[in-house]
Amino acid sequence: MSNATKAEPNRRDILFLATGAAATVAAGAAVWPLIAQMNPDASTLALASTELDISAIPEGQIVTVKWRGKPVFVRHRTKQEIEAAQNVPLAELPDPQADSARVKKPEWLVVVGVCTHLGCIPTGHEGEFHGWFCPCHGSTYDTSGRIRSGPAPSNLEVPDYAFLSDTKIKIG
Amino acid sequence: MTGHSTYTPKSGFARWLERRLPILGFIHESFVAYPVPKNLNYLWTFGAILSFMLVAQIVTGIVLAMHYTPETTLAFDSIEHIMRDVNWGWALRYAHANGASMFFLAVYIHIFRGMYYGSYKEPREVLWILGVVIFMLMMATGFLGYVLPWGQMSFWAATVITNLFTAIPYVGNSITTWLLGGYSVDNATLNRFFALHYLLPFVIVAIVGLHVWALHVTGQNNPTGVEVKDIEKETVPFTPYATLKDAVGLVVFVGLFAWLTFFVPNYTGHPDNYIEANPLVTPPHIVPEWYFLPFYAILRAIPNKLIGVIALFASILIVAALPWLDTSKVRSGVYRPAFKKFYWVFVFVAVGLGYLGAQPAEGVYLIAARILMAYYFLHFLVVLPLLGKYEQTLPEPRSIAASLGEAATPEEKPHA
Repeated sequence: MSNATKAEPNRRDILFLATGAAATVAAGAAVWPLIAQMNPDASTLALASTELDISAIPEGQIVTVKWRGKPVFVRHRTKQEIEAAQNVPLAELPDPQADSARVKKPEWLVVVGVCTHLGCIPTGHEGEFHGWFCPCHGSTYDTSGRIRSGPAPSNLEVPDYAFLSDTKIKIG
Repeated sequence: MTGHSTYTPKSGFARWLERRLPILGFIHESFVAYPVPKNLNYLWTFGAILSFMLVAQIVTGIVLAMHYTPETTLAFDSIEHIMRDVNWGWALRYAHANGASMFFLAVYIHIFRGMYYGSYKEPREVLWILGVVIFMLMMATGFLGYVLPWGQMSFWAATVITNLFTAIPYVGNSITTWLLGGYSVDNATLNRFFALHYLLPFVIVAIVGLHVWALHVTGQNNPTGVEVKDIEKETVPFTPYATLKDAVGLVVFVGLFAWLTFFVPNYTGHPDNYIEANPLVTPPHIVPEWYFLPFYAILRAIPNKLIGVIALFASILIVAALPWLDTSKVRSGVYRPAFKKFYWVFVFVAVGLGYLGAQPAEGVYLIAARILMAYYFLHFLVVLPLLGKYEQTLPEPRSIAASLGEAATPEEKPHA
């Protein structure tokens, strides 16, 4: 019949490849929803923004609001706190960032209140730099929410927010 | 190893079944006729004790699941409902919570026994690695279960442990969000943790099956570390000898378990877990359950997040590499005088790390944790490989029988 030395694909090879390809695609299509279902659902994603009236927050106080299940610290900073935050040489910071890049108005600092180490909530006005102190593993933050000492790798995150008016902010 | 006798079905039904599904013969070979070295001490009863604890945890867990509600607004109350309203609920929950502690106590003794007598050495490497896999599954299951009561410690343990994954470069945050099903620990997290806490014990049962299978292929190690040479003289049948010895060990162990459950049921727990979870307040001093403390100390000892997380996982995974890190030709620590000393130093270091894991991460505690952590890794990476090369070991007995001072069998007599 045909030339035996020539490796022509026969019917079985084609069936094998086609079945393998179909099985791979089917397995991928089946696994995708099984994995994707673990990501945040629509109701979680819907809780995107929070509004806050800041006129009632006196100078020196920190107010905590819940946003996406996490606390956000809104801090009405005093003059000394602003100066302390602005006057630190950037070279001294583990995660260098100017205070001006972290605030929209110097009196108001808005940061996500979750320690960047392992997610605990730092306590305000504590620690060597009078910003925040994390009780879990001892990270300290300054009055700009920047990491100064301890195991946390980065500054407290600044969320997306906007001043809707002089007395109202929208987080998210 | 093959047994003292082979199974012969006695009843007509057994003969009928044996021709169709030889399960009775399998059970007989595995748990009745199976030969065990006759010089095993009580440290060898912990395999049976662990099997008992696994079953006890599954049984108490299944009945607790009939009364528990995995929903953030109801979970904490459903635990109190179990404690106050459900018939015997207090006993079941305390038995389950303290059962976890006893399970880990037993597994630590089991692991340290293996380390002392060199049970991980050739040909038992796969047996050992399966054991490490079971240990890691136990840790995952214990952690998931601790989250379910939805107290403050539950919530913050879940937060800290899932945040370990944020240390992974680039994809860490996405992975953590995926694990949590949200941007923080919330209802989606609690629900999936409950599902997984119910699943993993059965995965453990499957791996225990492989662990026992591997054990029955290689046979048990024994205090001399010398392999069985004469099955007739050096082994006894599993039943009644090992079965009864295991039972005696189990009775003592269960006595301790009962004391913990009935007299000091909250001794190993943390009072903060009787405060309902509050996502906006972290308790001032977070500590995990006692059985995670050495690893927690290692995590905190390193001032860099990513390296701390790597060290935490490495400290567990390195145990699986023991068969290749310990280069000594002599199996049992009994005949290794230098190893013995380092072994007890290592035990002290492991327990010391546990103590430090419960202390605040500052000052002398932090320095001590760093020193002990360094030694922990040195023991595996430097001490064990070098000991194997330079240690002057004592002569091993020629056989188990010889170690017991019994007359040598003809084949064992030295050639003249």
